[in-house]
This record gives sequence, structure tokens and C-alpha cells, in this order.
Amino acid sequence: MKLKSAFIPIYALVTLSVSVAILPGWAGPADASASVKGTVKFEGVAPKPARIDMSQDPICAKAHPTAATTEDIVVAADGGLANVVIYVSDGLAASTFPPPQQPVVLEQKGCQYKPHVLAMQANQKLSVVNDDGTTHNIHPTPNNNREWNMSQPPGVPLEQTFARAEVAVPVKCNVHPWMKGYIAVFKHPYFAVTDKDGSFELKDLPPGTYTITAWQEKLGTQIQKVTVAAGEAKTLDFAFKQ
Amino acid sequence: MRMKLNWVSTAVIFVSILWSVAGSAQESHVGKLVGNAKRGKALYVRYCIFCHGPYGDGRGESAPYLDPKPRDFTKAVFKCRSTPSGSLPLDSDLYDTISRGIHASGMPSWKPLLRQERVDLVAYIKTFSSAFQEEKPGTPLQIPPEPPSSPESIQRGGDLFQSMNCWSCHGKDGRGYGPSAPTLTDSKGYPITPFDFTSGTRFKCGDSDQEMFRDLVTGLDGTPMPSFETAMTPDQRWDVVHYIRSLSARKTAAKLKVEPIAK
Repeated sequence: MKLKSAFIPIYALVTLSVSVAILPGWAGPADASASVKGTVKFEGVAPKPARIDMSQDPICAKAHPTAATTEDIVVAADGGLANVVIYVSDGLAASTFPPPQQPVVLEQKGCQYKPHVLAMQANQKLSVVNDDGTTHNIHPTPNNNREWNMSQPPGVPLEQTFARAEVAVPVKCNVHPWMKGYIAVFKHPYFAVTDKDGSFELKDLPPGTYTITAWQEKLGTQIQKVTVAAGEAKTLDFAFKQ
Repeated sequence: MRMKLNWVSTAVIFVSILWSVAGSAQESHVGKLVGNAKRGKALYVRYCIFCHGPYGDGRGESAPYLDPKPRDFTKAVFKCRSTPSGSLPLDSDLYDTISRGIHASGMPSWKPLLRQERVDLVAYIKTFSSAFQEEKPGTPLQIPPEPPSSPESIQRGGDLFQSMNCWSCHGKDGRGYGPSAPTLTDSKGYPITPFDFTSGTRFKCGDSDQEMFRDLVTGLDGTPMPSFETAMTPDQRWDVVHYIRSLSARKTAAKLKVEPIAK
């Protein structure tokens, strides 16, 4: 009897501590609420985007009342640099991140890739959509993943994946040689692509010290270190020049 | 004495099991033949090394003089397959390529070698890339029976040749001078010419209607030629085969030759 009554508080204590550990938001290593946000700027005079001649396929040309332009360096009026991939390249505790259920969408519209630079997780589904009235072929030429090349007439769905991390897989359409894009693939969910103003945000980071890399297709890569405490919001800016 | 013999034979069996498990990644299976990478290496050094190089990366001594360039086996990307675009070839696909050669390239037919030797070469070629240990080949294509060619089928194939934008590389008349042709490169960045359907030259991955049908499904990986697996129905692909055949100086297709061993 005495023995039994001594057991109950111990049992209760163990149960309680286990359930507290499982509760979301419990302070400790599981607290992934820090964030890093900032902007990427282009320093100096922004290069003028080149015009694209789409006359070989009238369907493409017709989609652009004013001539389409190249998207390799897209700079906003205030110098914000779009299409830069920002990602955690080092500092994450070794753990695996299941790919999100939601597919990422790569659109072919006006015979250009939307978005021009896409970021996704390895083994996440990539849904390729053809909104044009003409047939494209989507042809990634990776270094670290399998190369594939699929023809896609209007309206036919297409789903693919990339198994390994790679920054970044060039994508082209051989039918329309001006079509170029990039797909950055990561093993973790801590990545972003700058919007048209050059701003980005990495969310839900666990506290720690990270190496953050900024990658731009023409201007190369830049690296910065950042340390965030639990729940902290840090600012980190990058500047590229030609 | 008897005990000792038993012990020895057990050890021999155990070691040979270990050996076969360790060696399985370097094996190839084509029909009933099992290829051995060690034997394949001896053949490779004798016959293949001059173009494909000692490291299998396509940088052999003769490579600078060849166009198209010898295959880089370290990438494990192959033109002639029965598997979907982006997936590894079957052992029998590599065997077929070694046997047939790649027409209009420096790769000859290696039929003078014994079948066993060609299977051994497949086993050795697979050792140049870890992909063959990490991944499995995709589901191979089943080629449906071919409907007979007819003026209507050729007409439909011609329409598809337009709507599928085949002409942007192969040209409106199929001579390989489409508007995108000058921009095309292979996966190594070397310029590559679209096929001239009027030339009568044999197709790279085999010249039968069945092999043309297969090329339309799988695409030629490592080149700009895409897969039309989801883009066209099987009947549509046969129409395109008939149309392309109608462009050629040689109107009769080669019969699909199947070596009894390969399939």
C-alpha cells in the first residue's frame, strides 16, 4: 500500500513532463520562430534589359504588345534586385525535413518562365503549366540531379521532382531558345527568392548561428553570418554590383 | 578430418555469398546472361578507352576529333533507352546500343564481340556512375502494335509535326534547318544538329518504326530532343512516325531486329 502511493506522484510527474515537451511552442530547441528579413540591392547603374525577338513563333510574339525583355538582371526603381535566391547554407542542426505536400508551380506564359527563378524543396512536386497556345519543351540541365526533357503542348499537365539539393538548375526550352529560368532545390525549408522590390524573409528559424547565402544567376554568390535568438527578428541586407 | 572439410566448405560458401553480394552492383543482366565488370574492364581498356577515356568521362585521346562527342558515363545520361526521360536505362538498353552502335556518330556496332562480352561491358560501364547503385531504371515502355501507314495517317502526322513545334528545330520541310536549330547544344555545351529526315541516314537509336516510336516517347536524353510521352497519344505518335517516314528518301523502314538474347 505504501509502495503503491509513492508510485502515483512519480508517474504523474513523468506524464506531465512528457506532455509539456510535446506541447508546441515549448521553449527550447524546438522553438523555430526566429526570422531573418532584408533587401537585396543592385549598386550602380542598372543594365538595360535586352529586347527579345520572338518573331519565330507568332503565338509568342502576339502575347507581348510591347516587346518582351530579358530577366537575367531585374532592378526596381529604388535599386531593389529581384530573383535572388536567399538560403541557409550552413548552421542547421542535422535533421531531415519532409517535403511540403503543396506542389510549386512553374508557369510558361508569354513564352517566358513565371517565376523566372523558382525555389523548392528536394522531392517536392514541381507542377509545370503551359498557359501559351504553343508547344514548349521543358528541359532542366542539372549538375547534381537527373536531366529530363519533356514536350508540353497547351493544357497538358506535367509533374516532376528533383531528388537532390542544387543551386540552381538551369531550365530551358529548346523550341524557344530565349526561354531561360532557374530552379533552386534545397534539403530544408529555409530559403526565399527576392520579390520585385528585392525584399525577402526567412521564417520559422530555430535559434542559432547561420551562414546565409545570396545567389544571383549573373552576379554570383555572397555570404553573411547571422545569429538569431529564439523568436528574434533580424535584418540582413545584401548588395550586388556588376 | 571430416569436420575440418565441412568447416572449410562452409567458409568457402560464406565467402562466395559475400562476394556475390558485394559484386551485385557491378553486374549486368541481359536475358539469361550475367555480365561481370572485371571482365568488362579488360574489354573496355582494349576497345573503348580511346574515345570514352580511362575514367569513362568521354575524354579519351580521340575525343577531340569526334562529333558528336563520346558519351560521358559518369553522368549516367543516355540517349537510347526504353525508360522515361530522366531515368536510368535498362541493362538491355545499354547492350542494344553497344550492339547496334550509334548511327551518324563515331560509335560503331560491336556485334563482332561475343554477346557475353557485350554484357560484361555493360557491367563495367555502370561502375562509372554511382547513380546505378542509388537509383533504379524507370518502367520500360511497351510498344503497341503499329497501325498500317496511310495518306490520312501521314496527313495527321504532318499536322502534329506543326502543332508539336517539331519544325522549330527540324524545319518545316524536315531538313533540320528550323529557326531554333543554330542555338541547340548537347548537355556538354557542344553544338548539335537536328536530324535531317530527308537524308535517308539511319536514325541514331535504331531505324525501325518501333524504335522511332520509342524515341518519341523517351526523348534522347542529353540532347534537345524531348520526350512526347504525355504530349501525344500512342496513335498520334504512330502518325508522326508515318509522316517522318514519308519525308525520307528511303521509304521502307528497317525491320526491328531483335536478338534472341536481348529481349
